[in-house]
Amino acid sequence: MGLTAVFFYLFAAVTVMSGLLVIVARNPVHAVLWLILAFFNAAGLFVLLGAEFLAMILVVVYVGAVAVLFLFVVMMLDVDFASLRAGFIRHASVGALVGLVLLVELIMVLTSRLIGGASIVATKAAQVPQTVPNLTNTEAIGRLLYTQYVYFFQAAGLILLVAMIGAIVLTLRHKEGVRRQSVSVQNARTPAMAVEVVKLAPGQVIVPSGERRA
Amino acid sequence: MEIGLGHYLAVAACLFTLGIFGIFLNRKNVIIILMSVELMLLAVNINLVAFSSYLGNLTGQVFALFVLTVAAAEAAIGLAIVVVYFRNRGTIAVEDINLMKG
Repeated sequence: MGLTAVFFYLFAAVTVMSGLLVIVARNPVHAVLWLILAFFNAAGLFVLLGAEFLAMILVVVYVGAVAVLFLFVVMMLDVDFASLRAGFIRHASVGALVGLVLLVELIMVLTSRLIGGASIVATKAAQVPQTVPNLTNTEAIGRLLYTQYVYFFQAAGLILLVAMIGAIVLTLRHKEGVRRQSVSVQNARTPAMAVEVVKLAPGQVIVPSGERRA
Repeated sequence: MEIGLGHYLAVAACLFTLGIFGIFLNRKNVIIILMSVELMLLAVNINLVAFSSYLGNLTGQVFALFVLTVAAAEAAIGLAIVVVYFRNRGTIAVEDINLMKG
């Protein structure tokens, strides 16, 4: 058993175990941390597959952004998570049934034969040679992404823009009673609005305008 | 023992099943449901990258990149909705989210 196999089984086992712990963890914070572990080990699997760029993206985007976003939300919301776990066992039986059916189906697909008679499992590594030799994975993806898939790339950017604007619009809140600086009002202020000229008779006491009105 | 395509597909199948199972298991907690969806998307990505690697075709990795993009956008919007809902109603239990009688 080569080193690759050892690492494959290590990464695969930790990924699946932490995936299981994500869904059964009592504390949602722990669930997020298990999710982060699952992502890290999936990144390890990607490295084994020769997709270094996607592995790094997985760590940066998922662990660095999405999982931390989950962590923030879980910690910010003051939710009684224990009450949300009611009916856990009742739902578990239905979920186990559906999950079992799905798993059996997927295993049946895996063990079935392709049209040509070759088993999927027996597919050997890289039957088709890489198009350009001695090109790093990142370089190869870049060449493909910025030429053939450039419109899809732009569309992906548009999706992210829409998501960003949507998230900001959804969560932005204007509180009542908060004093904010309004530059336009400040600039439009004239001496006539700001200064009040009062004629005083000898011996008269000055009362501030606010109190006099009251 | 040579690690073949089937090994990766098996891992992805396990992860996907766990994601489905998680949705049923934590039916009340919308945050865990979102995390289960992320697990399922991760399984899909493992499938795409495994096929891409074993068939020597980079298109799968490009597609996995787009799946990642959409997953990040989905997580951001979903969590924003959860935060706004919690602010307005004080709960995130899925059963209580029935304002639109869906």
